[in-house]
Parts: sequence; structure tokens; C-alpha cells
Amino acid sequence: MHRMRRILLSLVLLLGLPVLAQAQELIAGKSFGKATNEIVVTFAGPVVRAVVEDPANYRVYEEQDPDILLALESVVLAEDQKTATLTFSEPLNARLPHVVTIDRVGESGAAATFTVMKPYLGYLFSILISALLINNFVFTKYLGLCVFFGTSKRKDTAKGMGLTFTLVMVVSAIMSWFFYQFVLKPYDLNFLQIVIFIGLVSLTVQAVDTVLRKVNPALFNAFGVYLVLVIANCVIIAVPLILADNEYNFWESFMLSLGAGGGFLLALYLMSSVRERMELANIPPTFKGVPIAFIVAGQFALAFLGFSGLTLF
Amino acid sequence: MATDKTNLQLVVNGILNENPIFRLVLSMCPAVGISTTVMNGFMLGIAVLFVQVFSSCTISLFKNVIHPRIRIPTYTLTIATWVTVIDMVLAAYLPEAYGKMGIFVKLIVAFAIITMRLEMFACKESVNASFWDGIGMGLGFMFGMMALGFVRELLGLGTVLGYDVLGFKPLLFFVLPFAGFFCVGLMMAFFNYVEIVYKRAKRA
Repeated sequence: MHRMRRILLSLVLLLGLPVLAQAQELIAGKSFGKATNEIVVTFAGPVVRAVVEDPANYRVYEEQDPDILLALESVVLAEDQKTATLTFSEPLNARLPHVVTIDRVGESGAAATFTVMKPYLGYLFSILISALLINNFVFTKYLGLCVFFGTSKRKDTAKGMGLTFTLVMVVSAIMSWFFYQFVLKPYDLNFLQIVIFIGLVSLTVQAVDTVLRKVNPALFNAFGVYLVLVIANCVIIAVPLILADNEYNFWESFMLSLGAGGGFLLALYLMSSVRERMELANIPPTFKGVPIAFIVAGQFALAFLGFSGLTLF
Repeated sequence: MATDKTNLQLVVNGILNENPIFRLVLSMCPAVGISTTVMNGFMLGIAVLFVQVFSSCTISLFKNVIHPRIRIPTYTLTIATWVTVIDMVLAAYLPEAYGKMGIFVKLIVAFAIITMRLEMFACKESVNASFWDGIGMGLGFMFGMMALGFVRELLGLGTVLGYDVLGFKPLLFFVLPFAGFFCVGLMMAFFNYVEIVYKRAKRA
């Protein structure tokens, strides 16, 4: 019993210590600001305005390049003497952690060093939402239109196509990510990107086709027809190229391909719902068929433009 | 089996009868995405023309040694090779125009029109005929892109090829990216209308 209490006590101490230590820390909070070129720092207690508002006391760099210091334009301390807003002359790359050092700010002139970064899960989620809505591949990047107009006549077709597409997209994107990171980059074969990626996509489609035929014939009968169409779609080759351009890591690649596939599914479904109703409408003969579908897609694109201001994290 | 059309007929066929954008409704992505100016259309047209002609000739040269079962992957890889070539050439010599076209140059590899021409034409015909067919298809695509670019640039910015023609901007709407959908739709409707009027006039 006695021993139990002692263990409990030490546990509480162990858990509590960091909290105590944190309370003595100078920096209470730090984050990227609302504008793309801002970092907001909250101090635990009031600080000396003259020291904090002098940009010469700061050194800020991206964690991976400590040699390149970022140009700080101004620092403004709020009325409460606790919140400082750092404004930089160029937009920051919020994807990367930034290391900030403030000289002479602590008691007895000690420097404070800390890292500013976004919460990673939130960042992953924002990639997904961005590919799904803000940068929807069909309505804001104008990719995959041939298949989009070809298969959006019926809701069932749209759903089948969208699902098959998402599956192939995720598998092929992850495969091309591996190839890019572990073969193309180390051996300096970047110029082969297009050949390798289109090869991998065709390979994935073939593989999914063969596996589905053996494993689940019912599913194959439902979705097999769409598989051939997937190769002729430019979204599927655009995603690996975008991944390679942005140097995304594994989870980021996964989220982007999932978002791209989901976005295509969403676009197809929305479009097919409208086109099913349009068949009953009285459309001028010159607009029948493809022309009116383009006009409707244009209106969707206009609506999706509204997502462009959306920032989540 | 050789085609009985002359070279000139093959070219005209690509530009008018089987125009990739307005008649076959293929390769719509760039037609919507980057047809904001005549120059963009022209540059992408050049790239497509190059890829189409060279892929057609390559496939036509090797048509007897390509096994029918692996012909589609062969076409894809041939196109990918020539796309890589034009991609690197444009990036090296015309970096500014290349930057404007962005990812679309690399995406030529997925253009249905090129694969379709290889499957329908180049794998059966002589190198000479394939060459002229490729020229026709490429010019047809370029013509479509430039026509779209002309309308959008004129109505949106009041300019043609960067030169101020109208002196004012009639409808800024047309250079905004999403207007590509409306523009393509309206132009297709216009061509349909011309066709209907033409038929009516013929009957009367």
C-alpha cells in the first residue's frame, strides 16, 4: 500500500514536471499567422517592447536550410505586450517547420529558440480537402474532361467510374511515388518521368483488371468496362507528375491521390445528376448533347470557384 | 491496304472533316484549360503536331514487327518518348511559353487523339500517308486551339496575339479560366447552328 502510494506520487511528479517547466518557458504559443508571410508568437509574460520590436534581434530559417536566413520586415507587439506578429518580406512555406531565434529577450538577456510548424494531421487533411474541393481536378484544373463528359450520362455509370478511378489512382500514385523516390531520383533519371509514370499507370490498370477478373467476377462485370477508359484520362498521369514536382512524402501522396480520385467521383456524380434531369428539359436543338453539358460544367466550375477562399488549417 | 487519298486530302481531312476538337470532341482538357490566348493555342498546337507526326511515323515504320497484343502499350511508350523530347526542348528553348502551358505539355501523353490516330491510321498505312495524316491532325488541333484562343482573347482582352485591336475589353469573363467551358460549349452550339441552317437551306 505504502509502495503503491510512492509510485503514484512519483508518477504524478513525472507527469506534472513538464507542465511546471512549461509554465516557466518564455514562449506560450507560436503559429503561422493569417497572412502567408506572418508568424505569431505569444510570450508567457510581458516583454520589453524595444527588444522584441527590433528585427535585428531575430534569426529565422527553414529547418532544412539553416544557412538561409529569411528576411524579416517588421515585428509588431500587441497592446497586451505578449503577442508579437513577425512580418516577412516574402511568403513563408508553411509546409516546412521554421526555426526562430530571438536574442536578448529572456531574463538576463538570454536568447529563446523555438520551432514553428503546422499540426501534421491537419496539414494532411488540408491536402485531401484541397484536392477534393479547392483544386478539384475537373472543375478548377480542367483535367480528365474526355472521360468526364463521356461517362457522366447516368448516375450508376458515374459512381462505377468514379470508384474504379479512385482505386486505380491511389494504387498507381503510390507506386509511382516509390519509383520516383527510390529509383528516378537517386539515379538522376528525372527525364524518364513521363515514360515511367505512364507505364506504371498502364501496369496498374492491367493488374487491377486481372486481379478483379479472378477474385470478384461480379465486381469485374460491373466495373471492368471503365478500366480501359482510365488509361486515357489525363488526371491519372497528372497526379504522379504533381507529386514529383512537389516532392510530397508517402502520406501526402496518399492523401493527394485520394483527394483527386474523390474529387473526380464528386464531379462525375454532380454532373450525372444534372444530366439525368436535363434529358427531360426542353433544350434548344443546337445545344443538345455535348454543348449544354459544357455549359453546365462551366456553371459547376463557377460554383467551385467559391471554394478557393477556403482555408482550413 | 493503303489509303486512296492524296496527301493534300489527308491534311484537309484532319483540319475540317475530322477536326479533333470540334468534330471528334477529343482532347478537351487543353481546349478548356489554356486556350485563353492565340499564342498559347499555337504553342501547344506545335507540341501536339510534333508528337503526332513523329509517333505516327515511328509506328508506321515498325508496324510489321509490333505484335498486335501489345500494340497499345507500344503506342503509349512511343508517345511518351516523343512527349519527353518536346517537353525538354520547350523547357530549354522557350521557358516562358513553357511556364504558361504548365503541366499540359507533359499531359499530351494522355491525349486520346494521338493514340486514336495510331490505332486507326498509322498501324495500317505507309510512312508517307501517316506523316501527312499526322500533319493534318496536328494542324486541325492547332486550328481548333487557335480559334478558341482567338475568340477568348478578342472578347476577353480586346487583343489578338498581344496586339490591341478593339481598344477596350468587351467581356473580361472570357479570359477567366472557367470560361473555357462556356466558350467551348457556345462554339460547338454555333457550329451545330451553322450545320442546321445549312441543311435547311439545302432542302429549300
